[in-house]
Amino acid sequence: MSTNRREFLTECGKYLFLTSAATAALDFVIDGKAEAAPNYMMTDHWWAMTIDIEKCIGCGNCVRACAEENNVPVGFFRTWVERYYVPDFPSTKVEVDSPNGGKDGFPDQPHTGGKSFFVPKMCNHCSDSPCVQVCPVGATFETPDGLVLVDEKYCIGCRYCVQACPYGCRYIHPEKNTVDKCTLCYHRISKQLEPACCEACPTGCRKLADLKDPKDPVHEFLRVNSIQVLKPHMATGAKAYYRGLDGAVR
Amino acid sequence: MRIWKDAGHLIRLALLLGMLVVAFLVIRRAVIPEGFGRYGHFRPAALEDVRAHPIHFAGRAACEACHPDVMELKQKGKHAGLSCEACHGPLAKHAEDPEVKPVLPKVVALCSRCHEANSARPKWFPQVNTKEHSGGESCEACHKPHKPKFGE
Amino acid sequence: MQEVLHGVEGFMYPDEVELQWSLLIVLYPYITGLVAGAFILASLERVFKVEAVKPTYRLALLTALAFLIVAPLPLQLHLGHPERSFEMYLTPHRTSAMAMFGFVYLWYLMVVLLLEIWLDYRKEIVILSKSKTGVMKWVYKAMTLGSDNISPGALRVDDRVGYVITVIGIPSAFLLHGYVGFIFGSVKANPWWSSPLMPIVFIFSAMVSGIAAVLVIYVATTLLRKEQVDMRCLDTIARYLFYAFVIDFSLELLDLVHRIYEADESFHTLDFMVHTRLYVSQIVIQIFLGTIVPLLLLAATQLARFQEAARRRIYLAASVLTLAGIFAMRWNVVIGGQLFSKSFLGYTNYKLEFATREGLLPAIALLILPFLILWGLVKLLPPWPSKEAAA
Repeated sequence: MSTNRREFLTECGKYLFLTSAATAALDFVIDGKAEAAPNYMMTDHWWAMTIDIEKCIGCGNCVRACAEENNVPVGFFRTWVERYYVPDFPSTKVEVDSPNGGKDGFPDQPHTGGKSFFVPKMCNHCSDSPCVQVCPVGATFETPDGLVLVDEKYCIGCRYCVQACPYGCRYIHPEKNTVDKCTLCYHRISKQLEPACCEACPTGCRKLADLKDPKDPVHEFLRVNSIQVLKPHMATGAKAYYRGLDGAVR
Repeated sequence: MRIWKDAGHLIRLALLLGMLVVAFLVIRRAVIPEGFGRYGHFRPAALEDVRAHPIHFAGRAACEACHPDVMELKQKGKHAGLSCEACHGPLAKHAEDPEVKPVLPKVVALCSRCHEANSARPKWFPQVNTKEHSGGESCEACHKPHKPKFGE
Repeated sequence: MQEVLHGVEGFMYPDEVELQWSLLIVLYPYITGLVAGAFILASLERVFKVEAVKPTYRLALLTALAFLIVAPLPLQLHLGHPERSFEMYLTPHRTSAMAMFGFVYLWYLMVVLLLEIWLDYRKEIVILSKSKTGVMKWVYKAMTLGSDNISPGALRVDDRVGYVITVIGIPSAFLLHGYVGFIFGSVKANPWWSSPLMPIVFIFSAMVSGIAAVLVIYVATTLLRKEQVDMRCLDTIARYLFYAFVIDFSLELLDLVHRIYEADESFHTLDFMVHTRLYVSQIVIQIFLGTIVPLLLLAATQLARFQEAARRRIYLAASVLTLAGIFAMRWNVVIGGQLFSKSFLGYTNYKLEFATREGLLPAIALLILPFLILWGLVKLLPPWPSKEAAA
């Protein structure tokens, strides 16, 4: 009975609500298959991320979702959320905290004056990645579709890339002894699914963007807003585009 | 002629070094990973390795395919933009096999994760001081999570 | 949790709290520095015809070899997957300073150092292959590569080729250690490292530490053999140590002044670090005890006249302090570069363990190992004329 109902609804759902692309993704999920995406064309995409600071509420959903989706070891972070406090004029001492990467949310810390806001951080998937530049063996690399990935079967664990990343987005996996980092959920986006952090974000603060797709709303987003990347003076070609990023953010 | 006779040991050394270089090149050819460098300086099979990671969040489309009723209800409310798993957690296992029953989230903790007043939260975002707002009453008593605003 | 364990002060990116490069990575530039410095001292005699340092020529070469053999071990021990390190030779990444270093190391070991030692010792090797018995006979026989030609003509060829190798060897030694400096100096994400002066500072500090090490080893081995220390040699080495040190210190001061004057966005963070977490290792050990004191001691021997015994003691004291100071310098570069957050908003601490893979114990073992290897090399290839031959 339940199987019939499921099948019926699945079929209806497919044809009624979904585009054909999403149908393909759905098959992967429903079949429970963990496999490479066979119909995925790397040359059709150029992935990036947009992050709207004014929409981040510091709930920590992205941090938890990332950890669950990618089995991120406890105490390490592929994405995390920072809370900034920038005081009013005479004082210049910026205060930042990120308790457990923001995974458990942020207990309120009221200040008088100044401003407070959250900044989600993750790998910027730079197009001139300092981490890729220094990898001695080719175990971390830029893909043709604009991601920075790690080959955990090839990484020798020298940690040079961790030193080279200006954003602190890499760590050594305590069990694998290889470097580990955000993959922009390549296993999901190659099957037309959202990255886990975007899927879990309640306010639409973080959004996956495909710069090669002319219909992607990212083009509008980049055009109408003031956009900044982190540490632009590092000239890393960072592709995490922030809207409303304060100058105090490092 | 004389110089070649006296440099015999150096020729032996050069041959030895030459043999080492050739041995290195032969071994390198044999053990270098297949297709290395096809798309850049890396092992192309690594792309497949990453793409084959298991999925934990089924994605909104999978949920809505079986639960169109909830989707319809939600679409009219303030939480229309939220994906199901933002609150219900990763449910790919449930999407594969509906017999795997998801655990319902604990409501007060879930709501306050986003809506507890916090000075760092943007001002436009609806937030309350739970203690003052409900006096210990569960949020559900007044707000339906799928359609939270009164009179909607 | 991690933050508390490491005594984090201020804010660090969450993945930054734990240090990536440990004491072993401090050892590595220290050891390659000794190699490069010892080789450059040896080349003084060969290329620049400084006859006075001849008693240390062979000893310096063997010291360089002993340390060069050990140099990759701390790296290997530190890797997450040491069994994959050969990949650096299979698929070296052209844009990676570290990948190229593998080849620089091989070049230096195989083409420069081993070749120069072989050419210099070939006469003795052939003689020993005939006089020795048992296993050692075969060891020496293998080392002759089956050629026992030690005619004056062959030796002249050896000398000529050896000279060329040494001439190639000097830039190679610079390359060897300059490259180590470049590995740090080219990390733009880290303001404590990122500096074009880094390779040059590394080269001169390498010369300083290598010369000091050979000086100590020369005096120690001579006293152990109950021989007379050649004071003309010692004075000359000490003079070169002084010159190299003056250049090294000037470069480091230039770097310091430049940083203070430019005072870029990282300045306050680094300045605070030097005055707190790095105070002992940077100001007290590296700059005061490891640089200013030995420089003053060496300057004193240049200006005033001391008795031989006093000079010897001053040289030894200056050399030992120098070796400690250069070690502190490597420590401050490697560890210091990881104590502050790349957000410039906080600091962490390095927790040195003892009997773990990257702890103090293996580090001590790795510092003793080159001396054991040197002892073996001296047995195999005696750097000084044997007593029987002299008699």
